[in-house]
Amino acid sequence: MSVLIFLDQADGHVRKASLEAACYGASIAAQTGTTAEAIVLGSVTEDLPALGKYGVTKIHTVSNPVLNQLDAQVYTKVIAQAVEATGATVIVFANNFAGKAIAPGLSAHLKAGLVTGAVALPDTSNGFVVKKNVFSGKAFANVAINTAVKIISLNPNSYSLSTVEGAATVTELNVIVDNPKVTATATNKVEGEVPLTEAEIVVSGGRGLKGPENWGLVTDLAKALGAATACSRPVADIGWRPHHEHVGQTGIAIAPNLYIAIGISGAIQHLAGVNRSKTIVVINKDPEAPFFKAADYGIVGDAFEVVPKITEAVKKLKGI
Amino acid sequence: MKILVCISKTPDTTAKIAFTDNNTKFAGDGVQWIINPYDEWYALVRAIELKEAEATTVIHLVTVGGADCDPVIRKALALGGDEAIRINADSHDSYYIASQIAAVAKEGNYDLIFTGKETIDYNGSSIGGMLAELLDLPYLSLASKLDMADGSVKVVREIDGGEETNQATLPVVVSCQKGMAEQRIPNMKGIMGARSKPLKVVEPAAVDALTSISSFDLPPAKAGVKLIPADHPEELVRLLHEEAKVF
Repeated sequence: MSVLIFLDQADGHVRKASLEAACYGASIAAQTGTTAEAIVLGSVTEDLPALGKYGVTKIHTVSNPVLNQLDAQVYTKVIAQAVEATGATVIVFANNFAGKAIAPGLSAHLKAGLVTGAVALPDTSNGFVVKKNVFSGKAFANVAINTAVKIISLNPNSYSLSTVEGAATVTELNVIVDNPKVTATATNKVEGEVPLTEAEIVVSGGRGLKGPENWGLVTDLAKALGAATACSRPVADIGWRPHHEHVGQTGIAIAPNLYIAIGISGAIQHLAGVNRSKTIVVINKDPEAPFFKAADYGIVGDAFEVVPKITEAVKKLKGI
Repeated sequence: MKILVCISKTPDTTAKIAFTDNNTKFAGDGVQWIINPYDEWYALVRAIELKEAEATTVIHLVTVGGADCDPVIRKALALGGDEAIRINADSHDSYYIASQIAAVAKEGNYDLIFTGKETIDYNGSSIGGMLAELLDLPYLSLASKLDMADGSVKVVREIDGGEETNQATLPVVVSCQKGMAEQRIPNMKGIMGARSKPLKVVEPAAVDALTSISSFDLPPAKAGVKLIPADHPEELVRLLHEEAKVF
């Protein structure tokens, strides 16, 4: 009996969303009187023993380079073998690209109940009930997992990182690795930017900015805040900004600590992608913009005048 | 080529979200039901485009649900499916649904199986991955572009912080998202034609669900917006730093 956390890596480094999953898994282990172990696949450069500070006591590696490429079928079988070898009864993923690709297959493979998009620790007082987002952030469902082995994927930015004293022991796991049936022919990474789903602060612009030439307003503020940038659907559709920046119902759903919306009216489809943000700031010249109803702070005013002043104030505060 | 498109009915994106029976059931009365947008705009429309490019292609639709799903499945047929299969069962959980669809898929020998990337009600994002595992097929999740290339399929997938292009030999399971195709509206010919297209109702296989919903909660209401005068935007920065403590 133990908790097994899947650590998703990019270019050898474990992703922040997975570190959150590690802390979450360590808390479940503490809650259920067991230990938290982790598994990482492929070639890793990360200082793995140091990840013990996130509460995992043991890290299993499978360093076969075939695993540098994520193939859901291959990963599922490797993790299933790790579950058997460790006797894990709770398996935790981050609900990101890797988690969405692997966790459902693993659930079907092990016939282990799965809750995706968890936002809180399980309630183990009566069974094993996990709270998750449903209706695109407009409600929560409390889902009981009724199988002996349980799988949870944790929404990014839903569980805070915390550290303890300690190092993890690292051991190579001996498992069978199948040949992948999927080949990666090209990868196109957005360099030098924080991935939107992992960003703690997001600055977003809408049609109110009038044109792509004005995007300096958004990027300057984002730079001062160390934030990722995003946009509304119309802006991506017109081609002012790339599609991977589109947040909303049909774009990316995010849950940063701070979401600043500039010149976005706040259609219900946009809110569905951002309503899990902890603090929402809306800057819009239209006092009737529906977004103000969902906001924590608002400024009714001209973005072209207001935003540069905010950027200056942030820089002054941070001494940059 | 044979394509299976998995269709789910969901409440309209603007539907009011409320619960009944001591917060254990979604209050569906009076709600407008639609085809889950990811299933319709991206999965189904891309399948139709592939059929337009190669006329011998056959598109089957599958859904799990009661007779109340029929209007939604008829609309999907009006857009362009050739025939539909409804598995006559209440949907218990994603494993139950995926197992039912897998049973149908095994019979049909499909080259491509499409799902939406998630449904907008339960946001599970699980059916495609489970189906792929149950059928022992490659799973290409979160595809934003798909092209056929001589017995194999080439897809662009949105990974965290970028894109990746993958190739795999058919058959495969693909979960579809924005970028795959553009939304279409059914025309009158399609709507008339859909009435005579076959909609087969089959009984479910015996499968145990692995999870169950105990209850729903609504998020606490927002305290209301705190407005800062436009001539003092630095006050916003102070509040974010000292009150909200977000940086």
